[in-house]
Amino acid sequence: MAERIIELRDISKSYGQVYALGGVNLSVDRGEVVGLIGDNGAGKSTLIKILSGVVKPTSGEILVRGKPVTGWSAARSRDAGIETVFQDRALAVQQTIVRNIFMGRELTSWLGWLKVGKEIEEASRLMREIGFTSKVFTPHSIVGQLSGGERQGVAIARAIYKQAELIILDEPTTALSLTETAKVFHFVRQVRASGRSILFIGHNIHHVFDIADRFVVLDRGKVALTADRSEVKSAEDLINFMEDVAHPGGLAGLHDAGDAERAAR
Amino acid sequence: MSKTMEPDLQSPLGLPRGEPVRAEWKHPSDHWLRGFVLDNRASLGTLGVFIVMMAVFMIANPTVFTTWYLYSSVLTTLPVALFVVVPLVFVVTCGEIDLSFPATMGFASWVFALVVQAGYDPFLGIAAAIVTGTLLGFLVGSLVVYGGLSSLIATLGMNFLLRGLIQIINEGKSMALTGLADSWAYKIFSSQVWGIPVQIFWAIGFVVLSALLYNRHRFGAQVRVVGDNPDSAQQMGIDVKRVRVKVFVFVGIGAAIAGTFSVMINFTWWPTAGDGYLLPVLASVFVGGTPTWGGIGTVVGGAIGAVTVSFIQTGVVAAGLSGFYVQFFNGLIIILSLLGHKWNQARYR
Repeated sequence: MAERIIELRDISKSYGQVYALGGVNLSVDRGEVVGLIGDNGAGKSTLIKILSGVVKPTSGEILVRGKPVTGWSAARSRDAGIETVFQDRALAVQQTIVRNIFMGRELTSWLGWLKVGKEIEEASRLMREIGFTSKVFTPHSIVGQLSGGERQGVAIARAIYKQAELIILDEPTTALSLTETAKVFHFVRQVRASGRSILFIGHNIHHVFDIADRFVVLDRGKVALTADRSEVKSAEDLINFMEDVAHPGGLAGLHDAGDAERAAR
Repeated sequence: MSKTMEPDLQSPLGLPRGEPVRAEWKHPSDHWLRGFVLDNRASLGTLGVFIVMMAVFMIANPTVFTTWYLYSSVLTTLPVALFVVVPLVFVVTCGEIDLSFPATMGFASWVFALVVQAGYDPFLGIAAAIVTGTLLGFLVGSLVVYGGLSSLIATLGMNFLLRGLIQIINEGKSMALTGLADSWAYKIFSSQVWGIPVQIFWAIGFVVLSALLYNRHRFGAQVRVVGDNPDSAQQMGIDVKRVRVKVFVFVGIGAAIAGTFSVMINFTWWPTAGDGYLLPVLASVFVGGTPTWGGIGTVVGGAIGAVTVSFIQTGVVAAGLSGFYVQFFNGLIIILSLLGHKWNQARYR
């Protein structure tokens, strides 16, 4: 069995009286792409925040490579090799690709002078690694000139720097066109090919279905389903399952079904 | 969308030599000159404005512009402005503004004058002035950043407050520093070499060092990122508040040097020292091509902007127009420069 990068055991998080997560179990193995699906308010963002150490769980256990950790924090999460690409990508659009990749961790020599050559070399390597190459732009291109998918590529390249082992992609295909989405998928596959793991969070079930090896469906703070790719025949299966979970009486309101359909498209 | 090429122009220093890996980034039209123009379009635009302006002045009155005196007088006062214009480029890039530098100039040079008048070596006075400038910069910066105030209003308030303190304590009296002319410090910082005021060499050195700091140092890189997207910078682990305070400290240091230089030129400290620099210095930053929205800017452009602004007054009068035209031309150059930069620079969001 592949090495377990991270495991969450019985994680709960409550904000006052409100339970965002109630006993969630989730694990990610080396080299696998886990798709995390769930409706708005299912607890996806809380779960990401706990994984990236921004939010501390109310109760539960976090294991990194099989060992329980204490004092979980953003710094500890990064030390464990977990990098998060947030939904807004956190890019400085007037700066070059190099400056964005090395934002906050500039490669410097004596007295803080930048090692410009080394940075370009490293940036080129990272971008090649995720198949993010083009004749049109260079590491010196301004991020504002890139398309949405390419910007996502910069964010992913930044995340895989420093030997990240697990990359959390929070809704990476939101507001992207078909070709742009294809680009992001290309980057994701390259990252997996390099032996890293990915937690892919998405609204669009078709997108998640296309890319993930395993699916985790979150519903109202609980894991409603964990399924391997082999167990799920089609994206429609997943959609139907989610509708069943959301409306157990089989009374999938027409309105909601329509929404899910639209989201899936 | 047309993807403008941004070719590699990070100079030989930045190029990993003989790296076949780089080949795939090469663009067929990646000519060095084209790259140079694209990378420096703001400062080149400013240089263009300056050249056109000087050409107009010279055509109006060719004889005056061949006399060295005209340039010598500009070269004496220009360095004072340069020492504040350059740090202000950092502040504006960081998404802030600092209007308190005239009072900091006055305050720091006051400390310099006090030390010199007390009979100490002027070098000690310069050191004391720089320490004062650093502390005032830190004070202003902390007030804005940790107090969560608008830098526009808070620094304006600090400018009045500090100037007011100077006025209250000195009751409007100036200080003559007659012994200064015999000192080593004067020879090194304020004399002439081959008829050229020596301050300009120090100022050029400062501009070059600051340009490197802006483009090739962690400080400059973080200033640009913080000005561009403070939230991202925070997420990526940059201490945004600290970077912001640092740029105000930088202005404080620059203002202290500028104030000291202006006292050394005049052998006299006035309680109003630095006051006249507020608007010309601000104009220089923006004429130089640093946009108001933060994230990008140009140190060299700011320096050329300062040269342009200091030649307007001299040029207008030398060209044979009366002094009444000075303000009009000041305004005209500023507006034309801004229009030029707007057309020249795209804003990415």
